[in-house]
Amino acid sequence: MIPGEFTYHRPSSVAEAVAILVSHGDEARPLSGGHSLIPMMKLRMAAPEHLVDLAGIADLKGISDGGATISIGAMTTQNELIGSDLLTQKLPIIRETSLLIADPQIRYMGTLGGNVANGDPGNDMPGLMQCLNASYVLAGPDGEREVAAREFYEAAYFTALAPEELLTAVKIPVPAAGHGYAYEKLKRKVGDYATAAAAVILTMDGGTVSSCSIALTNVADTPLFASDASDIITGSTLDSATVDRAVAAAEAITEPASDGRGPAEYRTKMAGIMVRRALARAAERANG
Amino acid sequence: MSDIEQIPVTMTVNGKKVQRFVEPRTLLIHFLREELNLTGPHIGCETSHCGACTVEMNGMSVKSCTLFAAQANGAEMTTIEGMANADGTLSALQEGFREMHGLQCGYCTPGMITRAHTLLKENPNPTEDEIRMGIAGNLCRCTGYQNIVKAIQYAAAKLNGTDIQEAAE
Repeated sequence: MIPGEFTYHRPSSVAEAVAILVSHGDEARPLSGGHSLIPMMKLRMAAPEHLVDLAGIADLKGISDGGATISIGAMTTQNELIGSDLLTQKLPIIRETSLLIADPQIRYMGTLGGNVANGDPGNDMPGLMQCLNASYVLAGPDGEREVAAREFYEAAYFTALAPEELLTAVKIPVPAAGHGYAYEKLKRKVGDYATAAAAVILTMDGGTVSSCSIALTNVADTPLFASDASDIITGSTLDSATVDRAVAAAEAITEPASDGRGPAEYRTKMAGIMVRRALARAAERANG
Repeated sequence: MSDIEQIPVTMTVNGKKVQRFVEPRTLLIHFLREELNLTGPHIGCETSHCGACTVEMNGMSVKSCTLFAAQANGAEMTTIEGMANADGTLSALQEGFREMHGLQCGYCTPGMITRAHTLLKENPNPTEDEIRMGIAGNLCRCTGYQNIVKAIQYAAAKLNGTDIQEAAE
């Protein structure tokens, strides 16, 4: 279990990192927390010739409060997300989700940027970022561009990120104060990827849902923004007939693999149950 | 002989500064065990699951099988070899594991104690649930965890100067 040989780079700025990526193309891979990439390298399923360690780039760390938008540096770890007072107050669904990822040791190393950029359908943050309608800041040789999380994922491990680009930050619009939220994840054991998981953010106004956003994790090649299900719930009182219709709409867009986590039909049904539970818990938590 | 250049790595391990030249692909666990002869951190699963290789790096518990030595350049590192008190007596955690029978075969123990050391620094008075969540990245196939939890409670109580409640099962 020893990785192949590579040259190790430790740039101290985004520009320097991008220059290394440009000069080596797809022979280079950025290294953030490394807890997806290093296991793949040990199995020789990944064999980059150049490894670009991002840990020395101070600009990629930290959480900044822009009022309507919170911006999180790509190298911010899961443990730092969990410990952030700002996120606990404004975006508590992030803490709830991070606590369901892997185990304590891995959360000290694993980063938000790595989790969303890797394109692994098992990762939890991509679905959550689709639910929150976040966007990713991508730095490349021609400058920066932003891509919405809902547009970023193309297939398993295929994303809008070009080999010479670096995901530097995640920008999240802050949901209304008093919003309800829940991330429901079914897993076989601590540290497992989801059999199915669902993220829900909603706002209520006098018993009626005034806005709702639902996304699903690990029930297709990519995270899924469940736009039909979200629209069905919006404007409803969360009566059981409406919830049933939304759950059916969410199940309809899933395309899970049959694997050790269960046959495809089971995982589709579990996705529906995660949506149902997340809706109920989000509604309970919402004010108004 | 590889044509990849070896790189210098410097770190402070258990209070002692060390420097070696390593291949970039050298994993931290191999660096500790083979370069520094610190064989307390164990190689268990090699797949980031079992936690037997856990060490403390800059105040964080990390799985040293899933980190390159190069990433730990400049770090402060503590392994099980650095756990005992300065006078050589057992630390509260080590004593707790002995008193509460927190180990049987002992394979997971260095990782368990090193992880619990960091956990108690962050949360000196954890609930049972917090202990169980805190060691969720460390697997033990012997004890069923009951006595490991009690060993950590023993250490927390001793460090806080409160009474030790439970006996070992």
